[in-house]
Amino acid sequence: MQLTNRKVVVSHKELSFAERMYLPAVAKGMAITLSHLFKKSPTIDYPKKTRPMSATYRGRHVLKRDENGAERCVACGMCAVACPAEAITIVAAERKKGEEHLYREEKYASSFEINMLRCIFCGLCEDACPKEAIFLTDRLVDAEFEREDFIYGKEKLVEKIDKRIDITKRQTQAVLDFKKIPGLRHNTLFDPKKQVKH
Amino acid sequence: MIALLIYKGIMCVAVFGISLGVAAYSTLWERKFAAFLQDRKGPNRAGWGGILQPLADGGKMFFKEEIIPNVSNRALFILGPSMFMVTALMTGAVIPWGKPLMINGVTYDLQITDINIGAIYILGVASVGVYGIMIGGWASNNKYSLLGAVRASSQMISYEIAMGISLIALIISAGGSLSVKDILESQDQGVANIVWQPLGFIIFFVCALAETNRAPFDMAECETELVGGFHTEYSAMKLGLFLFAEYINMFISSAIMAGFYFGGYNFPFANELYSALGLEQGSWLISLIGFGAYFTKIVLFICLFMWVRWTLPRFRYDQLMNLGWKGLLPLSLLNLAITIVIEYFRGNIQF
Repeated sequence: MQLTNRKVVVSHKELSFAERMYLPAVAKGMAITLSHLFKKSPTIDYPKKTRPMSATYRGRHVLKRDENGAERCVACGMCAVACPAEAITIVAAERKKGEEHLYREEKYASSFEINMLRCIFCGLCEDACPKEAIFLTDRLVDAEFEREDFIYGKEKLVEKIDKRIDITKRQTQAVLDFKKIPGLRHNTLFDPKKQVKH
Repeated sequence: MIALLIYKGIMCVAVFGISLGVAAYSTLWERKFAAFLQDRKGPNRAGWGGILQPLADGGKMFFKEEIIPNVSNRALFILGPSMFMVTALMTGAVIPWGKPLMINGVTYDLQITDINIGAIYILGVASVGVYGIMIGGWASNNKYSLLGAVRASSQMISYEIAMGISLIALIISAGGSLSVKDILESQDQGVANIVWQPLGFIIFFVCALAETNRAPFDMAECETELVGGFHTEYSAMKLGLFLFAEYINMFISSAIMAGFYFGGYNFPFANELYSALGLEQGSWLISLIGFGAYFTKIVLFICLFMWVRWTLPRFRYDQLMNLGWKGLLPLSLLNLAITIVIEYFRGNIQF
């Protein structure tokens, strides 16, 4: 039975005199290696140079603040529901008086954890977020020694007030328009009347 | 007398230094060259483009823990690498590195000593080199080491015969003198010995690969089969001596081939060039140009050694012996017979 067309019949014929001299074969082999001497090495000098990265690369997450520096996240849990890897854990809390400059709306996430070992960087949390609070960035998750260190809390996720992170590449008008399409799963989910019970 | 001692001393130190320096940078160039042949970049962290890598390697070798197995023969275990290194360095003594230099009316040969049996001296010292491997491998009291050592010694003995016979043919072509200097001087007119000895050169080159234990004949090491061959049990600088001596051997055999077959410090139209530049016999510039030409040839040969190593897979042991005894030995005898006939008609030998 023939499965492929790649069958090769093994030949055990005696070597001819020219073949037994080895030298033609040796010369052929050396010509091949010599041709590689003039090829460009594909190596990238990593610490000095890095590979070009897509502007919309999906790397380490950021929790955005609004223009006044208040956290945008309202702890609705949409991202945690959307997350296929179940990497996001949120604890919600109610805003107290005098905290208006810290949190944009009455509800906020007192704890927001993403397990970077579980996360598959699909970006569904970003799609699901109704408040434009979570975005993936082109930053990379650092290497750590302990598994616990990969569970990023708010101190690592929320952007610093004086060091804002630019997400304009990912938050284009097309994306904003897409989010407004009625009937999308995350829009229906956000409808409080149709809230799915867990 | 004092002047002679100083001159010889300077020559010894110079040849010693050149051998070690070239060997050190051969280790780097070997890795670089292998990388280039394999579309990689090679070591480039230490210094500019990795230029300090040999120092880093040497420093590592010196500061590593020195382990001598307690079942080994301690004295022989230490003697092995020392002997290998000494014999590797000794061969350089008879090689003339350039045209004689004239200082204040006194002619100085750029050669430690011009013994009249130089060619035989080279063969002899090269054969003693195998004792270093043999003793080291045997004293280790390890089966891999012993196997590597036995393979190395039988290989060296086998290939020395073909090498010696092809060298005899060369000496006949070059005028019958065994002095290395005379062999180089016989190519003074710009015609290298390779013109008369093409087959002899190929045989000599293959044997030189075998003698220096380089791939495809690295039976002594056989990393893939024998762990590390004869130097399995060695560590720190004693291992360093073995590896280093291999590169010195490579340098010296490149020098011998470049000298015997490719004219050494002579090159085509050399004399015309010197007279065009208005240089007199014994001028330092002539010596320098000659040394530069010789050194270029040596470097090209070292590259050829490395090129072969990173192209060809290792011979199987029986193939090695077949090639040595059934291939190269009859071929070298044939070459000798042809040489004798040709030289008879050229008038170099009379019966």
